[in-house]
Amino acid sequence: MSEARSGRMVALGRPNWLVRAGWVALGVYVVYAGSLLNVTWDRFVIGLAHGAEFIGRMFPPNVSRLELLFSDMTESLEIAIIATFFGVILSLPVGLLAARNLMPVWVTWPARLFIAVCRSFHPVIVAILFVKAVGFGALAGILALIVASIGFIGKLFAEAIEEISLKQVEAVRASGAPFMNVITFGVLPQVLARFIGFCTYQLDSNLRNSTMVGIVGAGGIGGTLFAAFQRFDYDFVCTILIAIIAVIMVAEVGTQRLRQVFQ
Amino acid sequence: MIASQEQWVRFTPRQRLVRFSWYFGIVAALVFSARNVEIIPEFLYDAPEQVADLVSRMWPVAWDYYPTSVHAVMIETLHIATLGTIITILLAVPVGFLAARNITRSTTLNYLAKLILVSSRSVNSMVWALLFVAVFGPGAMAGTMAIAFRSIGFVGKLLAEALEEAHPGPIEALQAAGAPWISTVTKGYWPQIQPAFWSIALFRWDINVRESAVLGLVGAGGIGTALDASMSLFDWDRVAVILISIFTVVMLAEVVVTQLRKRII
Repeated sequence: MSEARSGRMVALGRPNWLVRAGWVALGVYVVYAGSLLNVTWDRFVIGLAHGAEFIGRMFPPNVSRLELLFSDMTESLEIAIIATFFGVILSLPVGLLAARNLMPVWVTWPARLFIAVCRSFHPVIVAILFVKAVGFGALAGILALIVASIGFIGKLFAEAIEEISLKQVEAVRASGAPFMNVITFGVLPQVLARFIGFCTYQLDSNLRNSTMVGIVGAGGIGGTLFAAFQRFDYDFVCTILIAIIAVIMVAEVGTQRLRQVFQ
Repeated sequence: MIASQEQWVRFTPRQRLVRFSWYFGIVAALVFSARNVEIIPEFLYDAPEQVADLVSRMWPVAWDYYPTSVHAVMIETLHIATLGTIITILLAVPVGFLAARNITRSTTLNYLAKLILVSSRSVNSMVWALLFVAVFGPGAMAGTMAIAFRSIGFVGKLLAEALEEAHPGPIEALQAAGAPWISTVTKGYWPQIQPAFWSIALFRWDINVRESAVLGLVGAGGIGTALDASMSLFDWDRVAVILISIFTVVMLAEVVVTQLRKRII
């Protein structure tokens, strides 16, 4: 560490050509990738005009269909709450199985692969598959968000378990406790606070995503939002967006409180 | 037993009341949701057949579809994620500076910056994509802007936190030596926040690779367009190729980010 520091100090005086080359490469990339987007000045100006018209049509927000908005929003919230509950329950064993300091390799490897698969797909993509499997509606959204929750909590939970102190585990083991007791008295007390933190984060994230899975027909307000966009009902879009943002902000404050109370 | 002996209790009565009301609220919300949510059981009986059908139609995977139609949009997805992240950084740095209370001494400006950050985060990337598709028309341009605007909140917030945690010593030394503002930033703050900065940028890029894969579902370019097209035609063997390539790229991105983090930080 100190050697690295002193090495850096020496290099401070003269230009670092490697870093400069990196910046040049970055600039070249931006120009190249930007050219692929077909951004022309005309298009940008037309886009701005479109944007102004778009915003003009959003206001004033349309409040004539508040009942529909309310029932869809409730469904989104229900999806998020149920999915978080089952996601949390399922991610406990999955995370335990994936912890390399407690489990043999032949157990952690499949568990880690499972977590990686759950994590690498956006909930909306998973929702598509579940819509095919269980049909349109809230159930597909719930299942998709359960998968997302397992991916997120499972990974962080496994990492938290890998960081625990093994002394307490050994102490419980030395007293002749069976495996389940080693878990409940040696492992869980050390990670419970962080686990609650992960769960509240996931509740937050599930709330955000439950407003989106509707785009592919998996229930919640997303379907109504997408339909309003396609019918150019931009004033209703505006109402829905305001409602979503309000719910997410309230939920963010709520989950923050929850963390404070239980940690 | 001594009557006056006080027993230690972990929580005060007030704490216990608060915790109990949270427990109660959570259970009530769960019960209400479970009773109220609309699940059609007939669809559920059908599920095993549907899954079997899905798997049988996904197999054999249409590998020959990759070079003709998937590769180009996959590269586009990566461009959307990378360019979006770069634009985000350009936009988020000034907002981050405004939000950092030790740099911007005005509370009004702090709150304004926080408002920008919160609104960027509260709107999902798919909603940003819908908005930008309405503005710029369908295509990768809308996707890039969606990724950029969605990430400002994340990058700006973490950047502001890194700036607030910066040690004031070097900055005071520079100021005492009469350094102009820009030198305080480049020689005082930048060396301190550099590791955090690169780690934030890499982390967000990793997330953006994942997110840009779905933007095509609403017409904002990338591999989502191919996914949408294959699904509308029920070409599940092609969907399988697309899903496998998304999985591979996401895994590769994670490996790249982990390796780069080790090198840089």
